[in-house]
Parts: sequence; C-alpha cells; structure tokens
Amino acid sequence: MLDQMLTMLPARPGVGYKPQHLPAILQDAGPVGWLEIHAENYMGAGGRPLAQLRHLAERFPISVHGVGLSIGGEGPLGRDHLARLKHLCDGLNPASFSEHLAWSTHDGAFLNDLLPLPYTPETLSRVCDHIDQVQEALGRRMLLENPSTYLAFAETTLSEVDFLAAVARRTGCGLLLDVNNVYISAVNQNYDALGYIDAFPLHLVGEVHLGGHDEDRDDQDNRLLIDSHGTKVVDPVWALYAQVIDRAGPLPTLIEWDNDVPDWPVLVAEADRAARILEPVT
Amino acid sequence: MSQRRFAEALLDPEAPLPPGLVGPQGRPAPKRFAVYRNNVVGSLTRTLEAAFPTVQALVGAEFFAAMAGAFLREHPPRTRVMMLYGADFPAFLDQFPPARHLGYLPDVARLEQAIRESYHAADSAPLPEAEFQKLLGSDIADLRLRLAPSLRLVRSRWPIWSIWAAHAEAGPPPRPGAEDVLVLRPDYDPRPHLLPVGGGAFIAALQSGCTLGEGLDLAGPGPDLAAIIGLLISGRAIVGVGE
Repeated sequence: MLDQMLTMLPARPGVGYKPQHLPAILQDAGPVGWLEIHAENYMGAGGRPLAQLRHLAERFPISVHGVGLSIGGEGPLGRDHLARLKHLCDGLNPASFSEHLAWSTHDGAFLNDLLPLPYTPETLSRVCDHIDQVQEALGRRMLLENPSTYLAFAETTLSEVDFLAAVARRTGCGLLLDVNNVYISAVNQNYDALGYIDAFPLHLVGEVHLGGHDEDRDDQDNRLLIDSHGTKVVDPVWALYAQVIDRAGPLPTLIEWDNDVPDWPVLVAEADRAARILEPVT
Repeated sequence: MSQRRFAEALLDPEAPLPPGLVGPQGRPAPKRFAVYRNNVVGSLTRTLEAAFPTVQALVGAEFFAAMAGAFLREHPPRTRVMMLYGADFPAFLDQFPPARHLGYLPDVARLEQAIRESYHAADSAPLPEAEFQKLLGSDIADLRLRLAPSLRLVRSRWPIWSIWAAHAEAGPPPRPGAEDVLVLRPDYDPRPHLLPVGGGAFIAALQSGCTLGEGLDLAGPGPDLAAIIGLLISGRAIVGVGE
C-alpha cells in the first residue's frame, strides 16, 4: 500500500461534478482537468447517475470522495457501506479516494453531517484502526481530509495537525488539505491559519480543496464561519492556497461548490484562478 | 464526551448541550453547537424535499418542513445513502395526525417514492422486437412476462396520478376516484402512467408470477390487454418471457 503514489490525479484544477453541468463539461471543460464525485450519490443499482459517471470516467480522471464512512465514529466501521464503496471503486478504478476526519453515525443512525471529534491518543488509535480497515478493504491508499470545526473539546490534548500527521505516519494514508476548512477552523478556534499550514506535513498532501463559506456570530459575538460550499472562495483562502502551492508545488485542486450551484462559467472562473496559481506566468 | 450524548442532542432541540464542548475562550458554545443541529436537520429535510416535491407542493413548504422534522426525529436514517432515505415516509404520513384530513397524501408520497426507486433501479434491456414477433404465433395466455427492475406499481383509492400530473405537469384539477399508476423507465427518466380499470390488478398478478391468462382472470372485466401490453413494450418494461 505504501508504495502507491499519493494520487493519480493531475496537478490541475478539478470541480465537484453536478449533473446540470454535463453538457458544458463535454463541450469545453476549459481548465478543468478532473472531476470529483460524492461516493454515496453513486450507490444506486443503475439509472442515469451511474451511466453519466461511466461516460465521464472515459474522459476525465475521477476522484471518489466519501461522506458516509464515519471514520471518527466510536462504533465499528459499517461493513455494508465499506462493501458498497469497494464495489464502486472496483468498477470505476478512480484516480483517488478520500474521506473525512469526522464521524456521522451512532448506534445505527446516520446523521448526514461531518461531526467533530476530540483529538486524544484514544481517538487517534481508533481513527488509525478504521483507516487500516478501509485501505485494506479497498486495496488502495486513501487521503484523509482535515475538517472544518465550529467548537472544541475540553478533553482534546493533541493539535489537529499533529493528529493528522500521526494518522498518516501510522497508517500510510495521504492527506487532503482543505484550505477553506483551515481558514474556517482557524477563525472559529482563534488560531493562526498560516501557522497551521507551516506545521502541516505538505509532502503527504495528495489533493487540495477550495470552497466558500458563510459568516455568522457566536454567543460571545466572535466571528463564526460556516462551511457552506455555496459561494466563491474568499481572498484570504486564495492567499493561503498560494502559500501552500508555493511551498508544496502544484497539487490537484478542487473547486467545491455543492449548494446554490452556479452556472458553469462561474465555476470555470474559479478554476481559472486556481490554474493561474498552479502555473504562474513566468 | 460520548458520541451518544452528542448524537442525542443533535436530534432533540430540547436536549441540554453535551458537556465539554467549548468555544475559543473555553466557554460553553450553544450557537456553535446549533450549527451542527441545523446542518443535520437541514440536510435531511432537503433530502425529503427533493424526494417528495408533489407532497411539498400540496401542503406548502412550512408544513412540509414541520412534517419532515417530525419524521427525521422519529426515523433518523438507518442508511448512509441518501437516495434511500425516506422510504418509510409514506407510512409515517399514514399515522401523522396533523395531515389526517389529507387522506390522499400518503399515497401521493408512495407514488413519488416509486418514481425515485425507479430512477435508481438496475438497468435492463427490453426483449428484442423479433422475440415478440415469434411469440405472437403461440398461445400468449400461457406466457409469463419478466418485468424491468425499474417498473413500479402504485395502487390507490385516491386520484394520485391526476394529483401528481396537476402539480408536475400543470394537468387539469383531479376528480375523486381510485387510480392505479404504473411507473416505467424506458431510458433514464421514470414516467408514471395512469392504468385503465383492472390494470392495477393485472400488473400486480404479473409481478407475482402469474401468466397473462391468469392475470386477465384476476383483473376481472375491463382491462384492455393490447393497450397494457403496448404500454409495457413502449416503456421497454418487458425484459423476458417464460412459459
């Protein structure tokens, strides 16, 4: 497993695939060199979603991004879900598979959100066990994504970066660096986003995510950023991203826009902006 | 802090906040926890809205959101695949007192669930035309049709097809009366068809493995066999035949 590359995705911009963009993508994908799908949306038995996916996979590298494995869950991984994921990946042979440092199931109920976990030696060992099982079941190296968080746990003893680095070291997984999540969590948890990037093991990053967020206020009137994937990437996130690429070199970079999905040209403009940072004019 | 406490507090707006969750100054953070509550309830409500648009149109967005909230607290997903969530929403509506005066609502939800299941059902190839031609010479009463996995039948004492059509396709206002609906997916788009009298019993008989002749007997007087077979053929819903 460890001898696999971090990713087979090209170091170009990609976008989250939305069916309404299919004709535009097939006509002219512009700077977009690959597509990401949410695994759980393609777990039906047949029909249009899978037919479109097969069609696209002949033309573009595909990144499968899971949102339902609950890697940070206290309970065991869902065997059925892991089997569905394996079925999807075996049929598609995607260029990358990634999931989140989060949990979403409890006692058989699925809560359909990426919920936070405390960072302790105990949770570290649980997450590592789960990632070992995923990588073994899928027969491929996965990328683990840093979360956006809104609150902290009094019991946490490890920093998020140390936690992620330890998971990657112990399991051999790669990391997916969501720069928007770094910015959101840094504002929400009152730490320095650039310091987070400084400490992050960038040599283990196989993919970058960029997305938009909303802004609110908490009980003490602090800024509270909410990960919405429903707007453009903000300038401070672009600046952080430029720092990441400056240090790590070009990386596959996803424009994530899942809610209030815009017309194709708006996404292309975001992808163009990422492409200019990936390949600066010399 | 256990995930049990966290999960219970997510779905119960009255529950106290789990201890040990703090903001940046180390103080309790109810508005921060509320972000997760809103995400969970909002995302599941949007899943149900997307699955049951006619039900939503019938009761209005506000009433639908309240129904969805009651449903998702009583029936949080047991699946991680959102296209499957809400299969028991129609049965929940059967027993939902605030909607009891809307007797047709659960069956309209059953039709929308059938359309949704059809959309994601396994692909299948229809029986080739030449195969049909060969069969026409034989005694077709003894044939058993194998039907497409995407075919769904919804039988109701309410005019559910007319209600669906009035909303989805700006059809005329529905009139009282029972309607049986056949959902067919000739390519990738499921389409509900109103069946003639007896058609529902006939298709139900075929689904349970009866021959065409047995199906006609069970359907009683009424169904136009040629019309129904024609519908199945044009809907690419016959995938095989057996004796």
